Order: sequence, then C-alpha cells, then structure tokens
Amino acid sequence: MRLDIRILGLLGVLVLLCIVGVATSEQFLSEGNISTVLRLSAAIGVVSIGMTFVIATGGIDLSVGSMVALSSVWMTTVATQSFGIGAMIFCGLVVGLGAGLVNGILVSYGKVVPFIATLAMMASARGLAERISGRQTQVVSQQDFLSFFRGDFLGIPVLIWIFAAVFAIGWVLLNRTTFGRRTLAVGGNPEASRLAGINVKRHLAMVYGIAGLCCGIAAIMVVARTTSGAASNGLLYELDAIAAVVIGGTLLSGGRASMFGTLIGVLIFTVLGNIFTLNNLETDIQNIAKGVIIVVAVLLQYRTLNNRTT
Amino acid sequence: MSENPLFARRRFLLGGSAIGAGVLLSACTSNATPGEENNQAIAQGGGDNAAPGEEVNIGFSAPSADHGWMAAMTRNAQAQADAYSDVVFNATEGTNDVNQQIAQVETLINSGVDVLIILPHDGAALTSVGQQAMDAGIPVINVDRVFDSPLAYRMWIGGDNYRMGVNAGNYIGERLKEEGVDDPVIAEVAGIDSLPLTQERSQGFADALERHGFSVTNRVAAEFTVESGESETSNLLQAAPRIHALWNHDDDQGIGVLAAIDNAGRNNPDELFVVGGAGSSNMMTYIEDPESVVAATVLYSPSMCSSAVSMARLLGQAKGLADLAEHEIPASLTTYSAVVTADNVADYRDVGFES
Repeated sequence: MRLDIRILGLLGVLVLLCIVGVATSEQFLSEGNISTVLRLSAAIGVVSIGMTFVIATGGIDLSVGSMVALSSVWMTTVATQSFGIGAMIFCGLVVGLGAGLVNGILVSYGKVVPFIATLAMMASARGLAERISGRQTQVVSQQDFLSFFRGDFLGIPVLIWIFAAVFAIGWVLLNRTTFGRRTLAVGGNPEASRLAGINVKRHLAMVYGIAGLCCGIAAIMVVARTTSGAASNGLLYELDAIAAVVIGGTLLSGGRASMFGTLIGVLIFTVLGNIFTLNNLETDIQNIAKGVIIVVAVLLQYRTLNNRTT
Repeated sequence: MSENPLFARRRFLLGGSAIGAGVLLSACTSNATPGEENNQAIAQGGGDNAAPGEEVNIGFSAPSADHGWMAAMTRNAQAQADAYSDVVFNATEGTNDVNQQIAQVETLINSGVDVLIILPHDGAALTSVGQQAMDAGIPVINVDRVFDSPLAYRMWIGGDNYRMGVNAGNYIGERLKEEGVDDPVIAEVAGIDSLPLTQERSQGFADALERHGFSVTNRVAAEFTVESGESETSNLLQAAPRIHALWNHDDDQGIGVLAAIDNAGRNNPDELFVVGGAGSSNMMTYIEDPESVVAATVLYSPSMCSSAVSMARLLGQAKGLADLAEHEIPASLTTYSAVVTADNVADYRDVGFES
C-alpha cells in the first residue's frame, strides 16, 4: 500500500506538470506534441527500465550511455551498407547484451564494485564507439530500417509501441516472476539470498545483461530517431536514467523497486523539457527546475519511509 | 588503484579484449571510414615561404576529437604538417580533461619543441601553461578558444563566432524580406548555452535580425550532438507549428535537427528553410539539393588548424607573411564566416568536413 501512496504522489507531480503545460501552451495537448513527448521518452525510458533491475540489486550501471553509443555505431557501421535491417537490429541487441554481460561478469564473478566495473565500461565502450565510427556521424542509408522504425502502427509511432512492450515485459518480470523476486532478494540481502539457494552471481550477471540489452533496444530507437549512429549518442543517459529510477521510488541501496515509478520518473523529465521549450524558456532555468524536482521527489521518498518506520 | 595488482590485471584483460575487438572491427568495417582522405584543407604557402627551410619541431595539443568538427581540426593539422618536408609534428592524444591537457603541454615544453599549437579545451584554464611556454621561449599559437592573456600566446588564430551569427541573421533577414514575409517565425537551435561561443553566435544573430526588423521567435539550446539536436528540435517544432526560417549553430547536431524536421513531416522547402553552421560536407550536399530544406550554412571552418600549422612553421623559421608588408607573423588572425549557398557551394567544397 505504501508504494502506491508514493506513486500516487509522483503521479500527482506529473499531472501537475501537465496542468501547467495545458495552462501555458495551447500546443501541449495536441496529438503531435503528445506523440513527440512519448517518442522522446522511449529511448531513455527503455534504458531506465534496465537500470531499475540493476539498482534493485543494490548496484549501479554508469555505462548505459556508452553502451547505447557502442550499439548504435555498431549497427550503422558494420551493418548498414550491406546486410540490411535484420543485421542492424541483431547487431544492436547483441552488442548491448554482450557489453552488459561483461559488466555483469566483472561485477559478480570478478567481484569488481559495480561503480568501478561500469565506469570502466563507460570509458572503454565510448572509446570503442569512437574508434569504430572514426569519430564521424554515420548516417543510415538502409531505408527499410528507417521507414520501419520511424513509421506508425495503428496511428501510433513504432517507437512508442516498443517502449510500451519493453515496459510491460519489465513490469511482469519484476513483479510477477521468480526472477523479479530474486532480484529484490539479492538487493535486500545477498548473503541471505545465497543461503536460500539463489545463484547470486549468475543472477547478477543476468541483471546487468538485461540492462545492456535495454541499451541495445534504446540504440535502435536513437538511430531511428536521428537517422544516424554516432559515438556521442546516449550522452549522459546514465545520469538521466539513475535520476528517473531513483525518483521513481527504487531504493539506491537495493531491495525495493518500482517499474511504474520509473516510467513516471522518465515522463516527468521529458514533459518538463517539453513544457520549457513550448514556453520558449532558457536552459539554465530548465536545469534549476530539474534539480529542484529531483530533490523534492527524493524528500518525498524519505518522508514516506519515515512514516513507515514510526 | 593501479597499485592493486588485481585491478591492474583486470584492466589489462579488459583493455586487451577491447583492443582485440577493435582490431577485429577495423578489419570488417573498412567501408565505414569515408572522407578520411578527401577533406583535408591544405593551405598554399605564397612566395619563398613554401620552399623548404630549416627543420621546425611543432608540438600540438587539442581536445579529444569526439566531434566531427574537432576531428577535422586535428586531421587538418596533421595533413598540413605532412605536406611540409621541413616540419616535425609532435601531436599529443586529444583530451577533454583540462589537467591532462596541461600535463601534455608541459611534456611538449620539456621535450624541446620549437613552436606550440594549443587548441585549449578551456582557454582560461590553459592560460598559465601557455604563458609558461612563452616564458620558456617557445612561441605559442593559440587556436580558436582564446587564452585569457595575450602574454600566453604569440599568435591567435580562430573563427568569428559573432560574425557567424551576423552572417546567418543577414542571410535569413534578406531572404525573408525578398519573399515578402511580414511577421516571420524565426527559430534558433543553439549549441551549449554556457559556452561564450554560443552566446556570441546568438548575439550576432539577434543583432543582425534586428537590422531587418526581425527577432528570434523560438530558441532552444542543444549539446552539439546529433541526438540532442534531434530531441531539442522535436520539441521546438511542436512549440511553433509554423516556422519560416531556422538557424542551427552546428552542422554536426544539424543531422539531428534535420531528422527531427523529417520526423515531424515538415521537410518542405516551401514552408521552411534551414541555415547551418560550421560547413560540413553533408550540409553542402543538402545545399545542392533543391528538394532539401537546407538553404545555406555559415562557415566556421576547421581549415584554421591547417593555417595554424603554416604559421607555426613560419614562426619557427623566423619568416614573415610574404604578401604583407609586415616583417613578422601577425598577432591575430580571424577567419571569415562566409555564407555557403547553392550558388557558391562548389567554391567551398574543399573545406567541407565529414561530420
């Protein structure tokens, strides 16, 4: 029940923002604008869903932005010219998954602290992305890829469908499966989980693998949106994703997670950016507001926690 | 951390596998490096200056080439140095870490280079090391981002951010006047707002538009990346359902700006025209295409880095500029931000860079 209260609070923040949006701009509720907001949340949203699992185990993944960059340039340099849409999607997913698994294996079997392991990945994946792309933006010439991922299905952009599907899978995986329960257990108390017969190491490796796979999916979205792969893609995604997950109510120390909260967290940030642009306001004000919202949301979270313990 | 052998070993393993993957990749992505050879702007030396003289050892330090324009700067410097038989070129690996760049410059000073070319990541932060070099008797050529004090450089060469904005504004203002648009919606997609260069570009743009009686209607700032260009412009296009002209400060992020315009179905040159900034090869290709919304781009050409090498060489050989009456190389040189349109794009193809 207490989770619901906090999520209602977050939902309140989002609704409030939307009211501000409607009050200040007549464009806010237009079909084009809503679709733009959702399309812009799609990539960072998918990354945040993967990040929710990682943070639920008490870990952190600083390399998500770099993994998006690496997957995106791999897709556009290795596959664009000759092998077609299937190879591009396959490359994006496999490279993301692979990089994530490397993180996971370093963290679990290598016993490297997640902060350090993923920091190393953050540097080397971005470096590798720069190497592969020759530090140039690789424009996609594969028309099938562009027309599919930039197209609509039943009047809704394909990117939004993918985002919704990934969210649904993530929600079910976290809330309705053994995998999800184990993730929270590992985050709550790894030693107890091990004694309870959970293969903690393998589980951790898989969780980081999921985060990487999500980055691969996000990379496909970014490539479709920008029509190009670039080593600068996914810049600062790690910060945005961690912020969205944490204000969504997932504990940084692990053991508790809310997929729905993450979704609202992502939407709050995207809607905020949208409202500021609709009202033609400056970036510095936008940054200040972003900071204030993070603090307010986290304070809200502490308050709920205190209420629970007293 | 490197004292810990465990970490050191892991790092080695990680690095090894990264290198392995890199080698594997470079083997199978040979088609992915277009334009590496074709966009080196090599300046021509005039008079006696082109003739080989005494050997000059030039040290070079620049930020990380993580951006098309910056990559072109480094490439151009290297290519220009290669073109001279009497230049030894000592380039350090580009870095965006100010402390590391300071360390690199100190290393170059200690290694005894004759002339230094410094493109600082942050001009203010690199000023003292520039002065250190000058004090040690090594002339410094400061490229683009200017040092805080003239004591820190012998010569400055760079672009004109204010005039870039002015020329973009004049082009847009004149064209809208010609088309007889009375109350135009003019949008601006700026770069990183906290940088002085962005502020200068925007100021020049606003000042030039004002001369025509216009002003910027909608403005966003992006991060100089393709992705930020796309997301900011997507929001911008929602804010203004009708836009007559759009100036985008940077052609690298321009790929994203154009993708957003395309996503929103506003890719119609009769409805909207786009002016770019910097002068990349692919924007020049769009300019040649009458179906494209891209009408022009204002130069901020990485050819300035080629010129910096020529100047460094002449400084090292104690020569002047042949066409000037001056006995010495000038203290500052500002490149001109020409407006490249369909009419003159052929003339500027050689300075276009792959973004």
